[in-house]
Amino acid sequence: MARIVAGIGTSHTPAIGAAVDNGKADQPYWKPLFAGYEPTKAWMADVRPDVVIMVYNDHVNAFDFKIIPTFAIGCGEEFPIADEGWGPRPVPPVQGHPELAAHLVQSLVLDEFDITICNEMQVDHGLTVPLTLTFGQPERWPCCVIPLAVNVIQYPAPTGHRCYMLGKAIRKAVASWPQDLKVVIFGTGGMSHQIQGPRAGLVNREFDLAFLDGLSRDPERLVRIPPLEYLREAGAEAIELVMWLIMRGALGERVREVYRFYHVPASSTAVGNIILESES
Amino acid sequence: MSKEAYEDIPGTWVFDAQRARQGYHLNEFLYSLMKDANRQAFRADERAYTLRFRMTEEQREAVLKRQWNRLLELGGVSYALAKLAFTDGKSYQYMASQMTGMTEREYVDMMLKGGRSVEGWRSKAERGESG
Repeated sequence: MARIVAGIGTSHTPAIGAAVDNGKADQPYWKPLFAGYEPTKAWMADVRPDVVIMVYNDHVNAFDFKIIPTFAIGCGEEFPIADEGWGPRPVPPVQGHPELAAHLVQSLVLDEFDITICNEMQVDHGLTVPLTLTFGQPERWPCCVIPLAVNVIQYPAPTGHRCYMLGKAIRKAVASWPQDLKVVIFGTGGMSHQIQGPRAGLVNREFDLAFLDGLSRDPERLVRIPPLEYLREAGAEAIELVMWLIMRGALGERVREVYRFYHVPASSTAVGNIILESES
Repeated sequence: MSKEAYEDIPGTWVFDAQRARQGYHLNEFLYSLMKDANRQAFRADERAYTLRFRMTEEQREAVLKRQWNRLLELGGVSYALAKLAFTDGKSYQYMASQMTGMTEREYVDMMLKGGRSVEGWRSKAERGESG
């Protein structure tokens, strides 16, 4: 059967992708950040998943405001890279896993999560930057990727509790797929950041470190954080962290923290990365 | 309209359903800048290009003057506004600095020192600002 073996939490700041694409990764501004992701890359090269489920948000690229799905799963065979306004990132297109994606949708709807089905969609930095951070710059991505896009742009995003329960339902769905597949799930975005208005540039290190601790040891506490607290304490865009709770929910009760990294800044963002192996 | 608790957060326009409704045509204009042909048409004659979209005259003026905070107030969402910055050859970082009233250099320096502290930025009430 298929199995979710681990989860990765990571920021997906577009400037990180631009730094790699423009050959700036060795510059003093960026070097500590990329050095901090080396252990994650090594871990990933060792684990070699068959499928990645990428929980991320679209940034007005695949979806404009005509239709705003709260949860959308990419069920296509291939997802092209979006032109976000400065040309598409020079990274390979993303190969999907249509069979497992279709199974996920079916299982999740029966578990009362109303998933939007996307047979065609472009993917943006929210999905490609985490791939770059964990797989580097290969000719083609070494595994299939199922995009799971979450609306965190138009308030309100789904609550942390809803996201956590979705994660649990994803775990169940994957476990009921008969083919042997090793699956790693990503929760992306965050950590503290605000990129709008006079309060832009907000970072809350204490909030972020407590969030990382909570993922490891006390997810039930994180699940109860109300939306207003993310906005007020960690910045308007920190609400993206609810996507990390989908990842955590998909790992079962017991996890082992393998690695953690925290760095400020990447552009306007506090960057966090955590690897949690499922022990359930 | 009822007053929402998040309206008390200073220096922030939460992109909620009412603001999204108000900003719909503005954001569709910004979304159109994902296509290079549209970016070129916009650069060639900014006002003429914006007339293709049913945004308000207030929104149009704010676009032409790059009044970033005003655009947020009128229903623009930062990720869509970024496409206007990109069309100008600027970055998210530049756009954010403009919203704070800092130069880009000052903004980068603030971020390198660990970013803006939340202390003093939690609520309008605490800052003595009227909501």
